[in-house]
Amino acid sequence: MDRLLFGDNQFFGINHMSEEKARAQAMRFQKTEAIMDVLDVAYDAGIQTFMCTTHDRIADIARRVKADPARYADFTFYPCMPYAHKYANAVTEHGMVGALKEFMPKDGLLSTALAGSKALATKEVDGIARVLIDMEMKMFEGVRAPVVFIQNVFTDLLLGMGFTRAFRIFDDHIREKYQAEPAYITMNMPALLNALEAEGIERPIICSNINKIGFRMSGGFDAYLDALKSGRVRAVAMSVYASGAIPADEAIHWISELPGVESIVFGASSAGNIRGTKALVDKYMAAPA
Amino acid sequence: MQKVRVAVVGLGKMGLSHFAMVNAHPDVEAIACDGAGFMVDVLGKNIDTPIYKEYDQMLAQAELDAVVIATPSRLHAPMVKAALDKGLHVFCEKPFCLDWQDSQRLTEQAAEAGRVAQVGYHYRYVGAFQEMKRLVEAGAIGRITHVLAEAYGPVVLRPKRATWRTQKAEGGGCLYDYAAHPLNLLNWYFGAPAQVMGSHLGQVFSDGTDDEVFSTLRWDNGPTAQLSVNWSDESHRKMSTKISLIGTNGRLYADRQECQAYLRKPVEGLPEYTDGWTVKYTTELTGDRWFYLRGEEYSAQLDEFIQAVKAGQEAARENDFASAVQTDRTMAMIIENAETGVSVGEAPIVNAPSKPAKRGWFGRS
Repeated sequence: MDRLLFGDNQFFGINHMSEEKARAQAMRFQKTEAIMDVLDVAYDAGIQTFMCTTHDRIADIARRVKADPARYADFTFYPCMPYAHKYANAVTEHGMVGALKEFMPKDGLLSTALAGSKALATKEVDGIARVLIDMEMKMFEGVRAPVVFIQNVFTDLLLGMGFTRAFRIFDDHIREKYQAEPAYITMNMPALLNALEAEGIERPIICSNINKIGFRMSGGFDAYLDALKSGRVRAVAMSVYASGAIPADEAIHWISELPGVESIVFGASSAGNIRGTKALVDKYMAAPA
Repeated sequence: MQKVRVAVVGLGKMGLSHFAMVNAHPDVEAIACDGAGFMVDVLGKNIDTPIYKEYDQMLAQAELDAVVIATPSRLHAPMVKAALDKGLHVFCEKPFCLDWQDSQRLTEQAAEAGRVAQVGYHYRYVGAFQEMKRLVEAGAIGRITHVLAEAYGPVVLRPKRATWRTQKAEGGGCLYDYAAHPLNLLNWYFGAPAQVMGSHLGQVFSDGTDDEVFSTLRWDNGPTAQLSVNWSDESHRKMSTKISLIGTNGRLYADRQECQAYLRKPVEGLPEYTDGWTVKYTTELTGDRWFYLRGEEYSAQLDEFIQAVKAGQEAARENDFASAVQTDRTMAMIIENAETGVSVGEAPIVNAPSKPAKRGWFGRS
C-alpha cells in the first residue's frame, strides 16, 4: 500500500462538520469532470491510490482511467463496498427478499432459492453474498484494484450482530476471485481485530480513525494503541486531522511515530491541501521498504 | 457483575442496528425476536444469539430484564404493555403509540411499576441539539418568538409498493416517521403546544399516507413555530433535521452537525459565548461510547437505557414515556387540524412579558 491514499467523501456531499459545506461540495462535484480535475491534481502530486465507495459515479471515473492508460499508468483504486444507499433504497421499495431478488441473476439458482418458501441453505447464503460482491466489483474490471474494503457501516453492523462468518466469506472470495487483499473499514478497530482473528483472518488491513485526540476511536484510545503496537494489524489511518481539530503538521508527525500504521487516507478538494498533506507525509513517513 | 438481559424485538431497519449495538454492549446479554422469515433464517444460522420467532413465547420463556421494541408502530402499544405486565424495562422506538391515550396509560403503568421506560428520539442525544437546549434554558437569545422546525430527506421518491411505512394505520407516513423528530425537539425546548393551526398533510407520491407536513404551533407565553417537513426530497442525501430560533437577544440554529449562535449581547452563565457568532460542532460536543455504528447518538441513547436498568433505576434519564406522550399528542393535534381545518387547542395565553423593574430617572424608584 502507498503511504498516502486519497479518499472520496468530499466528492459526495459528506462533511462531518457542516451541512452547508457538504451541500457546497455536492454542487461543486456534480459533474464528473470536477472530480477528475481534483483526482488529476492528486495523481500529479504523486498520490496514486483512490480509495472510493462503489458509488454509481465511480464507474464513470473508472471508465475514464481505463480509457487513458498512458495518462493513468499507475492509477490504483481501492474499492469500498457496498454503496449502502443503493441497497437501503431497494429494501424500502421491494422488501429484503425482493431487493435481493432484484440483484440476483434472473434465471439462476439463487433467484429460484429466494423465490421459494424454504429456508435458505448456508451455501445459498454464501452464494448470494458472492454475487453481491461481484456486482460491486464490476465497475473495476480492467483497472487496478489490489485492495478491497468493506464499508464501516456494514462491517460494524456485521460485527455488532456477531455475523462474523460474513468476513470469512468476503475474505476468501476477494482473495480467490480477484487476487486482491481483503480489507475492512470500521469505527471499532480493537473489537473488529479480535473478531477477524477468531475467524482465522491474520494481520488484516483495517482502516479506522486514528488521531492524536482520540476522536471517534470507539473502543478506547489505549486499545487502539495496544492493537497497533502488537503488530497484529496493518492499519490505514483516517480522520487523522480529527475533522480539523488537529493542526496538519502535528497530526501527521504524531501518526508517523506510531507502529503499525502503513497508510493514511485523507480527503481534500483544494490543490493546496492536497500538496500540503503529501509534503507532510513525505517529510515524516519514509517510503515503504 | 451480572449482565443486563435485553431482547431486541423486530429486526427491520432500526431493529437490526439496535440489535448490533445492544449485542456488542459489554454489560448486556442479548437475544432477538422477529417473526419474519428471511432475516431470522439467515441470522439464525450465522450468529450465536438466540432468536425467538414468537414474542409471547419469548416473554414466557426467556429470562429478561428489558426489551427494545423496534416493530412497526402499530404494534408498539400491545407489545410495550405485555413487557410491562412482565415487569420488564422498556425501550420503544418512536413514535411511541399511534393513539396518545395508549401512550398515556403505558406511561402511568411504567411509573407505577418503577420501570425504566424510554422512547428512541435519538436527536435528544445529538450534541448540537443538546447545546441548543442548554442555550435556550440559559436564556441566551432572550425571549424566543420565532421558531422554524424542519426535516427533509429522500424516503418516497416515486409511487411504489406499499410497506408498513407507507400505511397510515400502521404508523407510517412522513408525519410519524419524519416530523415526529423536529416536533419532539420542540416539545423538549418548549413543552406541549397550546394550539395547532394551519396544518397540511400532503401527498406527493404516496396513496396511503402523507409525504409532506406543514403546521403552525403556538405555546402559552412562548413562541410560534412553523413546521416544514418533506420526505420526498432527493436533494438531501439522508434525513436532515434543523431548528432555527429567533429571540430578542439573537438567533440559534442547530442541525446534526453544529449549533450556531448569534448573540446581540453576551449572557451571564455562558462565558464562552461572546456577542456575535459562536459555532460549536457535534464532533467536539460528543464523546465516544462502547460501540459506534451510525452516529454517537444511537449508541448514547441505548447506553443510557442499559446503564439505568443496570443501576436499578426506576425511570429513564431522558426521553421517558411522558415526554413521548407530548409528541404523540402534538401529532394527534396536527392530524385533527389537517382533517377538520379547524384550529385545535386554545389560543395561547399571553401574559405581559416580565420587564425588569423600572428605575426612576434619579435612582431606584
